[in-house]
Amino acid sequence: MRVVVGQGSCGVATGARKTAGALAQLLQEKGLAVPVELTGCVGACYLEPIVDVYGDDGALQARYVKVQPDKAAELVERHLMGGTVVEEWTIAPEDARFLEGQTRIVLRSCGVIDPERVEDYIAAGGYEAARKALTSMTPEQVIEEIKISGLRGRGGAGFPTWFKWNAARQSPAEQKYIVCNADEGDPGAFMDRSVLEGDPHSVLEGMLIGGYAIGASQGVIYVRAEYPLAIKRLEIAMKQARERGFLGKALFGTGFSFDIRIKAGAGAFVCGEETALIASLEGERGMPRLKPPFPAAKGFWQMPTNINNVETFANVPWILRQGGAAFAAIGTEKSTGTKVFALAGKIQKGGLVEVPMGLPIRDIIFNIGGGIKNGKQFKAVQMGGPSGGCIPAELADTTVDYESIPKTGAIVGSGGMIVMDEDTCMVDMARFFLEFTRKESCGKCNYCRVGTKRMLEILERITQGEGKDGDIELLEELAEKIKDGSLCGLGQTAPNPVLTTLRYFRKEYEDHIYRKKCTAHACKALVRYEITDACRGCTLCAKQCPVGAITGGVKERHSIDQDKCIKCGKCMDSCKFAAIWKD
Amino acid sequence: MSQSNTCCCGCGGQEPFAALAPVLEEYGGVPGSLITILQKAQDLYGYLSEEVIRHIAQATGTQPAKVYGVATFYTQFRLKPVGKHLILLCKGTACHVNGADAVEEAITEELGIRDGETTGDGQFTLNNVACLGCCSLAPVMMVRTGDGEETYGNLTRDRVKAILRDIQAEEGAKA
Repeated sequence: MRVVVGQGSCGVATGARKTAGALAQLLQEKGLAVPVELTGCVGACYLEPIVDVYGDDGALQARYVKVQPDKAAELVERHLMGGTVVEEWTIAPEDARFLEGQTRIVLRSCGVIDPERVEDYIAAGGYEAARKALTSMTPEQVIEEIKISGLRGRGGAGFPTWFKWNAARQSPAEQKYIVCNADEGDPGAFMDRSVLEGDPHSVLEGMLIGGYAIGASQGVIYVRAEYPLAIKRLEIAMKQARERGFLGKALFGTGFSFDIRIKAGAGAFVCGEETALIASLEGERGMPRLKPPFPAAKGFWQMPTNINNVETFANVPWILRQGGAAFAAIGTEKSTGTKVFALAGKIQKGGLVEVPMGLPIRDIIFNIGGGIKNGKQFKAVQMGGPSGGCIPAELADTTVDYESIPKTGAIVGSGGMIVMDEDTCMVDMARFFLEFTRKESCGKCNYCRVGTKRMLEILERITQGEGKDGDIELLEELAEKIKDGSLCGLGQTAPNPVLTTLRYFRKEYEDHIYRKKCTAHACKALVRYEITDACRGCTLCAKQCPVGAITGGVKERHSIDQDKCIKCGKCMDSCKFAAIWKD
Repeated sequence: MSQSNTCCCGCGGQEPFAALAPVLEEYGGVPGSLITILQKAQDLYGYLSEEVIRHIAQATGTQPAKVYGVATFYTQFRLKPVGKHLILLCKGTACHVNGADAVEEAITEELGIRDGETTGDGQFTLNNVACLGCCSLAPVMMVRTGDGEETYGNLTRDRVKAILRDIQAEEGAKA
């Protein structure tokens, strides 16, 4: 028998490490030789901490969810000692569907294997693809296999992977580099983090194969400093891979040598852009450079460099093992394979979802994600982060692939999918993203540097109830200018959140500007709190009010002094009689 | 930046930046290592003082302006000392739609500090960050100390206040 506790960052945040510690301690106290092992993120973040119990035959006996540390004693007593499954804590059938509805290639081993044990990865077929590539295929054959698979870059742009590899292969140079972009800077996306934490060897193996294909002997992983656990697990994985001869000199008995090092990013969204990432790798300010020359010709230290995203690399070993055709059979004709999405926001079941390309948005949100939290109405989904856009509920039947999503004005992006309900103000969302891009603009291009600031100022005015006639037109004009006048993807896409919300939710902008109303009741300056006749005079709200704006005697209807009210909403949160109303 | 000869590394002026010497030894001559050196210096001293920036510039043969330029470009680098507990409050998209602003207000109410500020007793610094990547548990914050970090999810006004009070109580007990 063995116990496995999911310990990705999400799991740890909900107390998984404490649960694992409590289980281990109890088992030791009771003298039971049951190991407590760790695994990465299974993706069902809303059910963490998750504890799996396997029998001696290796079969899963029970998957327990929401196992807080205080449940450890009972779990040990009833199941691990008593041998009876604690049915009431096991995963519910509708939650099991969250996982069963997925097709897992990238996440194939996340939440299954112990990411800190290379033996587990090898037992799951790990490094077989690298062995096959190095010992029985030419680099050209590897590139051809990737071409057959139709794999496109999962970082956002969806550029064919084989094409980039081939371009780097064709660039003659003594030294070439393969770089893994793990600078997952898109706020609202955590696919890459989970893969790095849950199955780091799959990324290393993908890079090794990529290195062989383009003729690079050195790999660099550029990973966010905000992901300490991912860095730790990568370091462990690299050490183990070197010990096993999967990294280093003369690999698999061939003349090919390859090693990888980690470079911790220092926090700059623009470094997701290839040339900015290269500048950062060279120790400079991460500012983009003019293309061409493309990195495939002149990249890191002016040498041919191929940069792919974490998820792209994680797909590679699977493709070489199962064949490019098997990958191409999944998804749509032009968008093959699967895509991992980070489902978050106002969703019932948030987490990581890997589905075949071409699935309708509706299926992901409702069938897998269980619909909207607290019975609210689905309003829109934001895809592609600050470079993407908001897709409204009426377009929920749009399929998720590289052809259909751009038609809506959004992009597939790296896979962030933030679900919004009726309480989300779309003007505020646009303001939120512009605040982000304004801050993250590196400042090289005038339109991006100054334009995003001007757009943000207008959006701030609108959400504060000071919008004026002509603001919408000015936003549209600035948006076009910024797109045209920026060198890199950050500036070229920065206006997208504004343009898509204007396209689908123009009335909300008009309501803010002309009627001074925020229909989602999210913009504080445009909200007014009122106490209704339902008030019983319990005085709770008056006690909660930080500015003393609520007056009224015991058992008398209270009232709010609108001049004093700072619209914090504490009165409404505290009212037990639903007597406070927001307009 | 003004000229200053006082050292901030705790050596009392005896051996300025002795702890940084091995780092400079290892990376000083490796091209492209400036960010790594700055990260290690920040790990050692908690922040990048003007003195440490000048010292790194001199040791690596770089202009101080260039070192300063890199240090100010990336959000990870801090030019001011931070408190013992560094609160990284996530302001990512998922946290934003799930009420990160209310959590920020609660932190400000409890500790009297805003984004980028440190409490008078040097216990807490609040830093808003773009995304911690725990979006399914939004709103989220990470509290980092010299010993490691702890992530807290599904925050509410009350929960965040309770967490901060627990940390304060623990510190009180230690003292």
